[in-house]
Amino acid sequence: MNSDEFILSILVNNEAGVLTRVSSLFSRRAFNIDSLSVGVTDDPKISRITIVARGDDHVKSQIILQLEKLHDVKKVELMPQTGTVMRELVLIKLNISQESRAGLMEAVSVFRAKVVDLTNDSVTLEITGERSKCNAFVEYLRAFGIAELCRTGLTAITRGPKTLKPDASV
Amino acid sequence: MKIKGAELIIRILLEKGVDTVFGYPGGAVLNIYDELYKASDRIKHYTTCHEQGASHAADAYARVTGKVGVVLATSGPGATNLVTGIANAYLDSSPIVAITGNVACPAIGKDSFQEVDITGVTMPITKHNYIVKDVSRLASVLREAFDIAASGRPGPVLVDIPKDVQQAECEYEPAEDAVEPQQYRNGKEAFVQAVKLISECKRPFIYTGGGTVSSNASKELLALAEKIDSPIGSSMMGLSAVSHDHPRFLGMTGMHGKLAASRVLSEADLLIAIGTRFSDRATGNKVEYIKGKKVIHIDIDPSEISKNIPAFVSLIGDVKSVLKKLVNELPPCDRRDWHQEVEKIRNSSDRRLEMPKDELNPQTLIQAVNRHAPKDCVVCTDVGQHQMWTAQYYKFSKPRSFVTSGGLGTMGFGMGAAIGSCLGNDRKKTVLFTSDGSFHMNMNEMVTAVSHQLPLVVVLLNNNTLGMVRQWQTLFFGCRYSNTSLERRTDYVKLVEAFGATGMRVSTLEELEPALEKAFAAKGPVLIEAAIDQDEKVLPMIPPDGTIKDIILKA
Ligand SMILES: Cc1ncc(C[n+]2csc(CCOP(=O)(O)OP(=O)(O)O)c2C)c(N)n1
Repeated sequence: MNSDEFILSILVNNEAGVLTRVSSLFSRRAFNIDSLSVGVTDDPKISRITIVARGDDHVKSQIILQLEKLHDVKKVELMPQTGTVMRELVLIKLNISQESRAGLMEAVSVFRAKVVDLTNDSVTLEITGERSKCNAFVEYLRAFGIAELCRTGLTAITRGPKTLKPDASV
Repeated sequence: MKIKGAELIIRILLEKGVDTVFGYPGGAVLNIYDELYKASDRIKHYTTCHEQGASHAADAYARVTGKVGVVLATSGPGATNLVTGIANAYLDSSPIVAITGNVACPAIGKDSFQEVDITGVTMPITKHNYIVKDVSRLASVLREAFDIAASGRPGPVLVDIPKDVQQAECEYEPAEDAVEPQQYRNGKEAFVQAVKLISECKRPFIYTGGGTVSSNASKELLALAEKIDSPIGSSMMGLSAVSHDHPRFLGMTGMHGKLAASRVLSEADLLIAIGTRFSDRATGNKVEYIKGKKVIHIDIDPSEISKNIPAFVSLIGDVKSVLKKLVNELPPCDRRDWHQEVEKIRNSSDRRLEMPKDELNPQTLIQAVNRHAPKDCVVCTDVGQHQMWTAQYYKFSKPRSFVTSGGLGTMGFGMGAAIGSCLGNDRKKTVLFTSDGSFHMNMNEMVTAVSHQLPLVVVLLNNNTLGMVRQWQTLFFGCRYSNTSLERRTDYVKLVEAFGATGMRVSTLEELEPALEKAFAAKGPVLIEAAIDQDEKVLPMIPPDGTIKDIILKA
């Protein structure tokens, strides 16, 4: 992670429009956002959003305070740089030839990626991990000619028994 | 017993103590209007000429009463006509609930007749908004809307209700106990630090904003000033927090603030900012603004702390309760030297800023209106030079007696605001200062004032130009008056007479006195058009991003 990057985990009401409320806050207040991922939690009424954003300490605290003002936001947590498990999933499609195939398979095994689809002319790979690992894999694959790529954006959870729960009072 | 969604809306309004609603009917709110008809003995609805006027009226009503203002509009164009009013309420933290109808749920998303995604449109200008697609949620959403609008830092909430939800049946169950107000936690440390800073400083300056007005904290503010022997200045939004003849009050600071207030502020070593958000119009250059001072920031909205101006210490919470606690914990101080210096600065005010006393000009005009107006009168403005002159020359004596568009600077705010203010203040005399540009934007609402015989005294400073823009063109654009000299031929006297109001025209001080006497004695709305030179300037002026050193005293 770059030094001014940080990860926020946000618990929100699982209501229509909530993603728009959160993302439009970033554009409206000119905050930088690198990635955003979202999905429902074990409680179907609550979704969890993970945002990777950039900014100095002032921007960081403004982002948190402004998010906390949104009615549908139940909890905002700045994830610690250490002690957090961070994962991203990347799907990459490449056109392959007889010659490139062996080299590719070697990369898949070294990076502990997975082949999820294979035809005579193409292969689709999946890699999950921290962003640096995903980035390194993608960089390595460039030489083979990437046909298509998509990333989920980072998601994150703290190590140990500590959990993120909506504040009871809000 | 089951009732219809539309009737449920009325029940919740009554539950929330609403007796006044502003709005405009239409297809998507017919059901609600039908219920309003039945409830007309308990809720009075005021139909304006345009939904924008209704939204400003609801906003002003909220500011004057401290209650939540309510505005009602139909779908599509009715809803979009509210947008400026909602944004205005958002930027000035005014609690309103806007209720809009929408097309029936099955028709949503089909570009149906008069369909607009108004929750999408108003998302960035509301505290929160809702579209209610299930009648069983209607009651809880509406109750929550009122709570959100009024709690914490107040602001607008919009509830969009599709037509079929208004027609659907549901059970009505009276409200459960009211929600508890939010508690704010300040570490003990924060108060200790604040007390220490205040005790140790030599030259404190209390700077108050609109938060003090909306928190009804004028008494506590004065108590603080007395205890720590400090002068008080204010932002435009905070102007009515302190009576202007109070010896500690120096007036407005900022771009068009009082010279003495700005000078004293620049000399201070501690700025105690209360219920304010440090708008760029109030601070000018933000680095210079706080050079040589520490800042204690008191506000109910934690995100305002250090947003624009870094705070040394912050106290979060309702201004009234924070001030009470702070005053309790502070030892009294005596700051004779500072006091003397402040008085010296106050008395050395620049003569060039005074307008001649023997002619009709903005200063003599506003001061004359001030003399004639009853003490309990609410004063509204539109936006432009006349607004700044009012802020500078009118001596407000009561909290909530000044209603102006601060954050959004909405020309056209005035007429709707005067209507809402008058109705929020027991139909007492209400003054509106406006000018030719702003008045033309929403002058249609004079019609509404006539329908309800509201005792408005509308004073139109006619300088035949968009004065404030002209002033900037004079000062910063080499006198190139691009599109600000309006060749309008409106005869304001005939115009308002055609609407059924009384009109008068004055161009000298001699004519002004009897006109004012007549206007303040009238039962219904009166407009006085006063001739003002188009090159009158609002002074002093600290240019945008400037400092006290750049202050313009003469143009
Ligand atoms: C709706 C809107 N449009 C444009 C402006 C920009 N603006 C600010 S002051 C001003 C001139 C106002 O003219 P007038 O109402 O005649 O008042 P005066 O300055 O002459 O007193 C304008 C155009 C604005 N504030 N609001």
